[in-house]
Amino acid sequence: MSKIGLNEFLVSPAETARRRGPHDRIVMSSRVRLARNLQDGVFPGWAKKPERLRVLELIRPAVESLPELESAFSQTMDNLSALEKKILVERHLISREHEAKNVGSGVVLNRDETFCVMINEEDHLRMQALRPGLQLRQAWQAIDHLDSALEEKLNYAFSNELGYLTACPTNLGTGIRVSAMLHLPGLVLAEQINPIIQSVNKLGLAVRGLYGEGTEALGNVFQVSNQMTLGESESTIVERLEKVLAQIIEHEENARASILEKKAKMVYNHIGRAYGILANAHSISSKETMNLLSLLRLGVDLALFPDVDRSLADELFILTQPAHLQRQHSEKLSAEERDLLRADMLRERLKQVSRPNIKLGGAGDAGLDKAGKS
Amino acid sequence: MVCCICKEKPATVHLTHIEGDKMQKVDLCEECAKNKGVSSTPDFSLADLLLGLGASHEIEQASGGVELKCPRCGFTQADFKKSGRLGCPGCYETFGDGLEGLLKSMHKGTRHTGKVPESLRQTRDTSERLKTLQQKLAKAIEEENFEQAAILRDEIKQMTNRLAGPVST
Repeated sequence: MSKIGLNEFLVSPAETARRRGPHDRIVMSSRVRLARNLQDGVFPGWAKKPERLRVLELIRPAVESLPELESAFSQTMDNLSALEKKILVERHLISREHEAKNVGSGVVLNRDETFCVMINEEDHLRMQALRPGLQLRQAWQAIDHLDSALEEKLNYAFSNELGYLTACPTNLGTGIRVSAMLHLPGLVLAEQINPIIQSVNKLGLAVRGLYGEGTEALGNVFQVSNQMTLGESESTIVERLEKVLAQIIEHEENARASILEKKAKMVYNHIGRAYGILANAHSISSKETMNLLSLLRLGVDLALFPDVDRSLADELFILTQPAHLQRQHSEKLSAEERDLLRADMLRERLKQVSRPNIKLGGAGDAGLDKAGKS
Repeated sequence: MVCCICKEKPATVHLTHIEGDKMQKVDLCEECAKNKGVSSTPDFSLADLLLGLGASHEIEQASGGVELKCPRCGFTQADFKKSGRLGCPGCYETFGDGLEGLLKSMHKGTRHTGKVPESLRQTRDTSERLKTLQQKLAKAIEEENFEQAAILRDEIKQMTNRLAGPVST
């Protein structure tokens, strides 16, 4: 087990951002989570402190002994500061619900952030495999393997009829949540995102914002996941999501091609302004930053910033988050101070980035004003 | 803000009626609200919100009016109504019947068809086969095929003994 603090343990956002995966132009990351509980335990939401501690002390060593989690970071939630917990949320490693936990809950995660296990969140065990890009099948196989190894050390609550037993009936059966984070600026700009969300919903899949349940779509980032967990096998669920994602990817690419053809000026306007503000602002909120960085990222995808790699946008996305900003400074920052420091960081990082390289003329000029000036 | 009916007492019940894109607001005091038949506490719970309207009601119905309580952890229907979650794995046995309809509307099916823990795989397969045999037995008896019924009965007995027998660790 790693003995160093969380700050030293976590790799830099620059490194995280550089991890590549298939289709990561649109699918930023894939995640498969399994919910498990001990047969002879009380669910975390109903258990009193001694019971939670008992379960934690049973599960924690079992998880730590797994080969995939050798030299992993393992800590109890009451030994993590509020800032450290927020950092984990901003990196999508723990849920907001787990952030609120203290005594009796724990987290175990490996250095390359491909596995993260939450102990005593809504269930005794919430184990997840994360992969960059579109790698749902790989993530499922990885977590399946981890789960099978863990199952030999712990006595899972399982019923022949209902499958794995969970605190909430919505997770019964497979206890699986398969999800992917998608960057869909094309569909949003083409105003086609709502019909897509609706058809995805009709297939029994949920579409959520950046931080999961009940959050808004910041930075044009959407999370697509399964909702039903009982009555189907894990591989069926994974395959369904893969198929839907393939279609969404196609729709997004088509939307991008379409707006470039028919509304190029509108697109360049958005991207140009995003660059202008990011590179020159002296105070900027995290919300505005996320939305503008999304447009910058789109600009990179459209080859408008030839010497910029997409990973810069992804790295800045994490670095400009409130807790990641605070972490760079020893004194407690107010929201206004964060807004100033955020702008300072962006101006600095974008100093070497020249304005978008837009080639005008031809079909790209469609969408000009009626006077037809060019 | 004063009640818009009696125009005397302070308004504590605020109703918003939305139809299409038209919105109407009405502010009433407790007494006028009651007189108009507006109950101040909505008749749904967190369980309904999380699991679908009618969830907690269904569980209450299934218990037939008796307040069920999980013998293992002390969780009650009222607790479920409040949180939408259960107390422990044993709760599924206690509240099982009431959850049937809920699961049907929530999931693709009510029977698990995915991964099974290795150690339980054998016993699960055996219980599956047992169920099939019992169905066959009932059919054989119905068709008065007593010879077949006797064979099935013996097979079932063997299997039941195997299930109940010493479990190897």
